[in-house]
Amino acid sequence: MAPRDRGATDPAGRRELLTPGDVARTIARMAHQVIEKTSLDASEARPVVLLGIPTRGVPLARRLAAKIAEFTDVTVPTGTLDVTLYRDDLRRRPTRPLGATELPASGVDDALVILVDDVLFSGRTIRSALDALRDAGRPRAVQLAVLVDRGHRELPIRADYVGKNVPTARTEEVSVLFAEIDGRDAVLLNRGDTP
Amino acid sequence: MRHLLGADRLDADTALAILDTADGLKRTLLGREVKKLPTLRGRTVITMFYENSTRTRVSFEIAGKWMSADVVNVSAGGSSVGKGESLRDTALTLAAAGADCVIVRHPASGAAHRLAGWLSDVGTCVVNAGDGTHEHPTQALLDAATLRDRLGGIDGRRIGIVGDVLHSRVARSNVHLLTTLGAEVVVVAPPTLLPTALADWPVSGLTVSYDLDAELPTLDAVMMLRVQAERMHGGFFPSAREYAVHYGLNATRLAMLPEHAVVLHPGPMLRGMEIAHAVADSPRAAITEQVANGVHVRMAVLYHLLAGEEDQA
Repeated sequence: MAPRDRGATDPAGRRELLTPGDVARTIARMAHQVIEKTSLDASEARPVVLLGIPTRGVPLARRLAAKIAEFTDVTVPTGTLDVTLYRDDLRRRPTRPLGATELPASGVDDALVILVDDVLFSGRTIRSALDALRDAGRPRAVQLAVLVDRGHRELPIRADYVGKNVPTARTEEVSVLFAEIDGRDAVLLNRGDTP
Repeated sequence: MRHLLGADRLDADTALAILDTADGLKRTLLGREVKKLPTLRGRTVITMFYENSTRTRVSFEIAGKWMSADVVNVSAGGSSVGKGESLRDTALTLAAAGADCVIVRHPASGAAHRLAGWLSDVGTCVVNAGDGTHEHPTQALLDAATLRDRLGGIDGRRIGIVGDVLHSRVARSNVHLLTTLGAEVVVVAPPTLLPTALADWPVSGLTVSYDLDAELPTLDAVMMLRVQAERMHGGFFPSAREYAVHYGLNATRLAMLPEHAVVLHPGPMLRGMEIAHAVADSPRAAITEQVANGVHVRMAVLYHLLAGEEDQA
């Protein structure tokens, strides 16, 4: 099942890479990987915190936490980490509105923080997130979970948990939709050359 | 946004965007040990104060520093202004020295607008931190932020602005901003301390009253203004005591306000004149919150002026 062959192309020229069912299965698999890799259900487990990067990292972090709770009965604290104030491209775009930063009450000090975002592309958002995290506390370690890795990294950054690797051209656009924000779940590929 | 010169030019969307940014900054910095963001690294902000100020100058300086801008303070006393340099030459000098943003307070109404005209070619932005009796937009924004915190919103609320409206740039900016955001504003003052053409102001939702006691029970918030003796040349009221009796906010009047109503004062306060000790120190007063919000609002203003891509307009 090559991802590029899946799904129909919609009138806007977008091809569906993941259906709602695929999204749910992918998140469940990522949750299992997080449980395995962090042994967060072990008796002497050390604290793990999921931090979603606005906008669509936030619902993804919540869903991962919900799946982890379903599989292990462990409640992982979740929060959000806005990176706008730490971006390196602020002066190249119109003024951006800020997102919310809400850390769990337990904080991030000495916890294993898993940053959660929808798409990993240049890696610059994650670079900003690492800076923002440094100002929020001192985690024991930091990992990265993304639903889609579309390649084209501009920085030495890689994800620890990847839902789907999607080879793309730079001109293409990958959009992740979540029901909480967009009304439905999907991952779409927009061919940049179609108007 | 290229400059911030007056609240009269702020539309509701821009004002709300600034207030939301201020809110976001406040939540981001809440409980943090290190209050430092890298957002404005490498940008230079110069404050240029031709009039005395504690809170405005300090909060602009803190706002700039918390966002990692380099902040330089120039005051009329210790600068070449004392040697007779004009406002224009001083401003062009500061721009040539590398200022990305000049924050100016000046005793002449319209000074910030003139400055913006002179500096438009060099790409330096101008923030009006108070010009004469004209405008003080960041004060209005921080008042609006405080009202949003305390009342949950501004749209549809009834807000009284009481006292020396004639000399108050805070009153002017607040009338513009609060009505833009959908509030009803009633200005309460003796006739001698009201601008003559108040009825002709092109704002909707503004009324005038001379009777404080009649208005108090209808208000969601009351903003007390300082009596600006330094701008008064002549008799505006018979005596300080008589002013306090008719227009001062004392404990008896505080009790006439609805339960939820909040008391604001832009500071500096003249205790015993427009506001009594007991009122200024009561939990109903949001005066120290106003100062704290001032830092976040000014950070937001600098963010909107300096962080985005260069405005070609």
